Amino acid sequence: MLIGIVPFGLVVGATSVSDHFGIAAAVGSSTIIFAGASQLAVLQALASGGSALVAAVAAWTINLRILLYSASLAPELTHETTRRRLLASYFLTDQAYAVCITRWKIEHSDRAGRLSYYLGAAVTLWVVWQISTIVGALVGSAVPADVPLDFAIPLVFLVLLVPTLTSVPAVVAAAAGGAAAVAAAELGAGELYIVAGAAVGIVAGAIAEARRS
Amino acid sequence: MSRVWTAILLAGAGTYAMRASFLGFAHRLTTLSPWLQRVLRQIPPAALASLVAPALLRPSGHLDVTQARLLAGVAAGLIAWRTRSTLLTLVVGMGVLLLLRAL
Repeated sequence: MLIGIVPFGLVVGATSVSDHFGIAAAVGSSTIIFAGASQLAVLQALASGGSALVAAVAAWTINLRILLYSASLAPELTHETTRRRLLASYFLTDQAYAVCITRWKIEHSDRAGRLSYYLGAAVTLWVVWQISTIVGALVGSAVPADVPLDFAIPLVFLVLLVPTLTSVPAVVAAAAGGAAAVAAAELGAGELYIVAGAAVGIVAGAIAEARRS
Repeated sequence: MSRVWTAILLAGAGTYAMRASFLGFAHRLTTLSPWLQRVLRQIPPAALASLVAPALLRPSGHLDVTQARLLAGVAAGLIAWRTRSTLLTLVVGMGVLLLLRAL
């Protein structure tokens, strides 16, 4: 888990510097957004000339899945105060969710230790993420300019995409989304191709899933 | 404020709102309708493919299937599928791209 996020964090830091956004933007992005794939989507959109709003919409689209995690964890923490649940929210990531949803059932059937367990895992992930970003930014500025570091961004997306392709609807969503994104970009949609592709892919995947059930 | 910081703040505020949606505010209201769950399940493959495909198929701003990034991406995709390793995928993808450029 922790080892998996390190190269990802390095890429966020390094590409942020190589795109001339600087180390402050890398750290700001990792603390304020704190969600790797969407941080890279923001970088990619800004680097190719997209507006701040287009970059943010791309990030929101990718992070919509967090709604599912939030809804899934919420019933398990109803005994905690609002303040503590709002604090826990900030640290919610794919990895923290994955760890807790499996371990809670086994080790914390009593509910009492759940939030501490969650924060232990989630805060550790946060610290590792911040360090990886900073190291990436420092190393990135030392990489020669002719190394195509920007290519690391689609490679990371590829690593995240491949494990999601576990069902026919998921493959349909990816194929339709990818094709629509390319078509939208060819037709001059600018950086909005991400949202256009995602929308087409989501609809196609949902239809495919509805037909199977 | 610069474009970069505006984007970071907007993206961060929206992301926090999604994180806190049910966990922070609607914690007693957590029954998502099945159709909404179905829609949300499609987001990761659809959104990630929308980011990957144009980067591999039109790296210089127009559709081109005879360039190094597509080949390097396909090689990296195979490695990602077989190993699930971020590091190996990065090394192979970057390696193939650098190699093809050097040829």
